Amino acid sequence: MGENILGRVIPDDVLGNKPLFAGAFARSPQGRKASPPLKAVRPGENKVLASIKEAIKASGLKSGMTISFHHHLRNGDYVLNMVLQACAELGLKDLTVASSSIFPIHAPLVEHIKNGVVTGLDCNYALGPVAEAVTRGLLPRPMIMRTHGGRVRAIESGDLHIDVAFIAAPAADAYGNINGVDGPSACGSLGYAMADAQYADYVVAITDNLMPYPLHPISISQSLVDAVVVVDKIGDPKGIVSGSTRITRDPVGLTIANYAARVIEAAGLVKEGISFQTGAGGASLAVAAYLRKYMEERHVTGAFGMGGITGYFVELLEAGLLRTILDTQCFDLVAVKSLKRNPNHIEIDAGMYANPWNKGAVVNLLDTVILGATEIDTDFNVNVTTSSDGIIMGGSGGHSDTAAGSKLTIIVTTATRTRLPIVRDRVTTVTTPGETVDVVVTERGVCVNPRRQDLIEKLSQRRLPILAIEELKRQVEDLTGKPAPARTSDRVVALVEYRDGSIIDAVYQVE
Amino acid sequence: MRPTILRPAQAGSLESSDCLVTVSPGEPGSGVKVNIQSIVMNQFGDEIRATVEKAVAETNVTDILIDVNDRGAVDFVLRARVLTAIDRALGKEEGR
Amino acid sequence: MKSLRRSLLFVPGNNPGMILSAPVFGADAVILDLEDSVAPNQKDAARRLVSEALRTLAFGKIERIVRVNALSTPFGEKDIGTILAAKPDALLVPKAEPESLRRVSAMVDEMAPETGIIALLETALGVELAYQCALVPHVNGLFLGAEDFTADIGTSRSAEGIEISYARQRVVIAAAAARIDSIDTPYTGTEVTDEFLADVRLARKLGFTGKACISPRHVQAVNEVFSPTQEEIVFAKRVLEAAEDGRRRGVGAVSLDGKMIDPPIEARARQVLMRAGLLGVEGGKRNG
Repeated sequence: MGENILGRVIPDDVLGNKPLFAGAFARSPQGRKASPPLKAVRPGENKVLASIKEAIKASGLKSGMTISFHHHLRNGDYVLNMVLQACAELGLKDLTVASSSIFPIHAPLVEHIKNGVVTGLDCNYALGPVAEAVTRGLLPRPMIMRTHGGRVRAIESGDLHIDVAFIAAPAADAYGNINGVDGPSACGSLGYAMADAQYADYVVAITDNLMPYPLHPISISQSLVDAVVVVDKIGDPKGIVSGSTRITRDPVGLTIANYAARVIEAAGLVKEGISFQTGAGGASLAVAAYLRKYMEERHVTGAFGMGGITGYFVELLEAGLLRTILDTQCFDLVAVKSLKRNPNHIEIDAGMYANPWNKGAVVNLLDTVILGATEIDTDFNVNVTTSSDGIIMGGSGGHSDTAAGSKLTIIVTTATRTRLPIVRDRVTTVTTPGETVDVVVTERGVCVNPRRQDLIEKLSQRRLPILAIEELKRQVEDLTGKPAPARTSDRVVALVEYRDGSIIDAVYQVE
Repeated sequence: MRPTILRPAQAGSLESSDCLVTVSPGEPGSGVKVNIQSIVMNQFGDEIRATVEKAVAETNVTDILIDVNDRGAVDFVLRARVLTAIDRALGKEEGR
Repeated sequence: MKSLRRSLLFVPGNNPGMILSAPVFGADAVILDLEDSVAPNQKDAARRLVSEALRTLAFGKIERIVRVNALSTPFGEKDIGTILAAKPDALLVPKAEPESLRRVSAMVDEMAPETGIIALLETALGVELAYQCALVPHVNGLFLGAEDFTADIGTSRSAEGIEISYARQRVVIAAAAARIDSIDTPYTGTEVTDEFLADVRLARKLGFTGKACISPRHVQAVNEVFSPTQEEIVFAKRVLEAAEDGRRRGVGAVSLDGKMIDPPIEARARQVLMRAGLLGVEGGKRNG
């Protein structure tokens, strides 16, 4: 049994030789990057193959190997299911699926796991039937859950070796150039696919929109792509991008957002060149809207905005309140169109965004990030991986990366969700360590991490409802009662890997 | 003799933070039967049952079936809905 | 009275979610409503829910007011009896006129004598007899209900509110004469618009001590408008210093910035500092 510095116990048999979490910046890299094999494509050779099966055969994929996918098509993605179906029909077994995220649309994976086609999963976020089946013990090996930056670190360091990457391509030409901004399945940025394209042994572009050569703009270069397959549809636009995401009208959400913006102001961050990231949810966007007022009052322009990019960020860009948007993922059609149209709306890859082990990720330059939480403990550790029932319904994504990088990490959440209090003695799963979380903002008060005495001083000069996190917990429990912890067995179904590759927690099987 | 109800009645709603309580007459001698469905069953199932049973006991009513469909109601809401449903079943109240 | 009544937020009495979040918007008082926001066949459920909420929920410094149904309805008497037993800070009594108020006042006397009464003046007779209403024991506030009032006098509401200008002023004067609070009718939209802000500023200018809100989004602006501003506080302090200085020097009339400080100006300054003191503020803002 190993116990990490957060007191999370990981059984030896699943831990193997992976290091235990020892602090957000405790580990440093050693050695050289992993590298893909050398290749040559000679004049006259054709990269377009007739079908996914042909591509699988050409790739040399064998049972026991690892295949990868990106999640830019989100809950509208057809590619992962099509490829797995082909693998099953070809009799492949024991595959590991490394998809940056797994969504409800990927439900057919459950059957592939039952049939032994898939025996390993590696992702940064999982929601829906697959995540639930994994929590109930379907997978023979624990699923690995990483952060967006940690996935790139794992690929570049060789921890995650990808044999074949299948890249859903909203637009591609016959020689393998790819972008995400054109075609019926346009999704915008392809930031999460880039490391896969650079490091996989074999790269297949799957498109429903074959464009004349040369495609432009080019997000992923022909020099990285082995094969191109054309299919009818790579996804369902309705699931790929949402309609326009609107700022919440819920008065509780607005109260929280208003407090959060006041915290940012009180911390002294509303100044020329401010940089920030918010989630795409209506409450996160409301923080941006309140922040905008401060920026306008003070005639301040932001250096960059990041995050799941929505129309509201585009509005800030086009109003001149942001100099740039750095974009790894578009959440709505307005953002997709802006990426194509606006030269200062810049597509960046997940490594540049968040990889802790390169020569400097953008998260390090964030002034502030607005994040959510399912649960928070009184040491400010945050769970966004499992529900209070212990079921996997999320994952870090960029949560831990931005929390570690930004000067001011703010968690915005209601103090209760239905009857469940957000602040706990112990969170069901630690996703993001408390040492990287600065402030928790709820409608019932603002809690500052005691590690940030400087912030406590600044904030107490403002009329914000500040209280100790233990006091918030007590007040909320007076209202709701104390919830029973999740009922789990002692079998590990998923390992939660921090961005530096150390194990921060394990998810246990729920009956 | 402990009072019994003669007709079924409901109180509450299926809105978030509320619960829908349905009471109906039980067989003579069947006592108090409580059936709970809740979105926070794993976390609060025992508390919900205790709160409902305590509220029923205060009315002294017996031979009653109580169905609680809970959407995350806190204790005072559960209690208010149970008491209203029983009052309605006893014909003490105007609501249905 | 434990604090100011700048903003009074209406909360539907049969909605658990909204009752639970009522304390978080920064309102000085919440009005748990058993009247217009509750359907006739749910009056019993709301009465029970509000009564349990009063016994259980922690509202901190927020005043807990319950709008009961009028005594002329089948629900009024039961409402008042049940709610008084749960010890609210005040009852808001609709269709208030001296006679009905005296009946409520007698019930309060008997059941919960610490409880205040706010008279909701929304009939022509109620407004006409505003001062008599203000004098009924336990009444510590007058509240103009413009919707019913305009219907009663045979007109309808406009944005500018010309039709209620006399009623507003009458309510303010009656309350001031009786040294109790005057609360303006809520703005009926739910957005924060220039029209809303103008309505709040008008209410303060007319002399109201506070304004009711039907949307939580309105609370912050109402608090700000009804709080003394930084300038007002600074000026009030200077007025009192100058007056004190004059008395020390035995001068009858003192002036400040070239203007005479007479007793009403001094009284006004004291009132500003008293309100600022109740808010615990130096400037014009506080939480929410």
